Amino acid sequence: MASYSTNEFRSGLKVLLDGDPCVILENEFVKPGKGQAFNRVKLRNLMSNRVWERTFKSGESLEAADVMDQDMEYLYTDGEFWHFMLTDGSFEQFPADAKAVGDTVKWLKEQDVYTVTLYNGAPLSVTPPNFVELEVVDTDPGMKGDTAQGGSKPATLSTGAVVNVPLFITIGEVLKVDTRSGEYVNRVKSS
Amino acid sequence: MIDALEWQPSASLSALKSRADQLAWVRGFFAQRGVLEVETPVLGRHGVTDPNLDGIYANSSALAGGAAGGWLQTSPEYHMKRLLAAGSGAIFQISKVFRDGERGRRHNPEFSMLEWYRPGYTDSELMAEVGDLVCGWLGCAQPGVMSYRNALYQYAGLDPFLASDRELTRRCEAWLEPEQAMTLGRDGCLDLLMSYLVEPALAEHGPVFITGYPESQAALARVSERDGVRQAHRFELYVQGIELCNGYWELTEPAEQSRRFAVDNQVRRQSGKPEMAIDTAFLEALKAGIPECSGVALGLDRLLMLKLGTSDIADVLAFPFERA
Repeated sequence: MASYSTNEFRSGLKVLLDGDPCVILENEFVKPGKGQAFNRVKLRNLMSNRVWERTFKSGESLEAADVMDQDMEYLYTDGEFWHFMLTDGSFEQFPADAKAVGDTVKWLKEQDVYTVTLYNGAPLSVTPPNFVELEVVDTDPGMKGDTAQGGSKPATLSTGAVVNVPLFITIGEVLKVDTRSGEYVNRVKSS
Repeated sequence: MIDALEWQPSASLSALKSRADQLAWVRGFFAQRGVLEVETPVLGRHGVTDPNLDGIYANSSALAGGAAGGWLQTSPEYHMKRLLAAGSGAIFQISKVFRDGERGRRHNPEFSMLEWYRPGYTDSELMAEVGDLVCGWLGCAQPGVMSYRNALYQYAGLDPFLASDRELTRRCEAWLEPEQAMTLGRDGCLDLLMSYLVEPALAEHGPVFITGYPESQAALARVSERDGVRQAHRFELYVQGIELCNGYWELTEPAEQSRRFAVDNQVRRQSGKPEMAIDTAFLEALKAGIPECSGVALGLDRLLMLKLGTSDIADVLAFPFERA
């Protein structure tokens, strides 16, 4: 397996640390006067999503982690796994478990494309696009005339996600939602 | 791993103009004091033995004099001391120097160094002149002085001369895995504490010289016993926590110099670094006799960073290495 020396460290590099795949977020080179040089590194552990701060003596090296981001279409779930398919024409499928899917489960819509991070060839995490379009399946009846006041109410979307929406939204409408904040953006169309 | 090079400079044109002003100011400073400007090789036949400095080797198929290549100099020190031995008197040089693997917000593998030597000066006398130059240019108050021992005691809570190896290692385990800390050695541990605790604390301090380093960190400075411990006559100036220069009351004894070279190479061997051939011309110059003197090397890029109030060296370099 390839390895990276401290002088190759840069943000975005995927490395193995304590057996876990990590991505380097920041790498600061420090060296006092004529002394020993160090690299002060911030990494995100891709298994736990925790940010670690670690120091390395310059010249130390870390093993490269076999981590790759791939675009994949979500197909279906069998209750235990969520199945994704590469969009590169190979039709290769990858089952992701609940841990890999994580919170993204509430944004999963069949035939939409997601970023699946593979570690040693298996899905490690699934990232939704920044915006998804989903149908409202349940919400209190709309109240006419309240649009100007900017009040809001909860609405349940087809995937099970619950978002706060303006009072005029009704069941059956398709909404654009920001998956990073979980916030309603606008109506896409009325059905 | 190489990105496409950007053609634009990373420094603003006004920063580049300040760089030119700074060069003119430095030359004026030394002209007024009768210090002679010299030039010595950037490409030399020898590198340095210092285990913490890695030179860059320039390979060649056709260098003159039978040499297969040469070392881009990490500092013009050896050549300038040969000039001192030849009777040059007080000299200064502004040169490009090279250090492999050093890149960060305060480091670029190629940088501009101001180095000067003052025959007859002690370390304290040269520190006063460094203060005149730096604070004359930056407009700061004359630097204070703090001993290395006090700095470590105050900001890291231990005595760098008397703390046990075990105590030092344990202290570093705040940042390192135990097995990493064990391989650091005494000076490596002290270097970590200096970088992680002392330097950030000095950022809150006015300009200050740190003096009296442990003997093992003497490099090319003379050593004497003070307050019951062996201390090197070495000083560094910190301005806003940025290390700006490194100076010595220079070692002039060839035998002691040879011994230190041998120790350096031993450390290199142990840490798996290549040993460096000894610069015999430099040793011969010491044998012929260099005057009692003090000398200092100052990073001009960092001085300009302080002048312009930036924390990234790329802001003062036309083309840092990523764009070079």
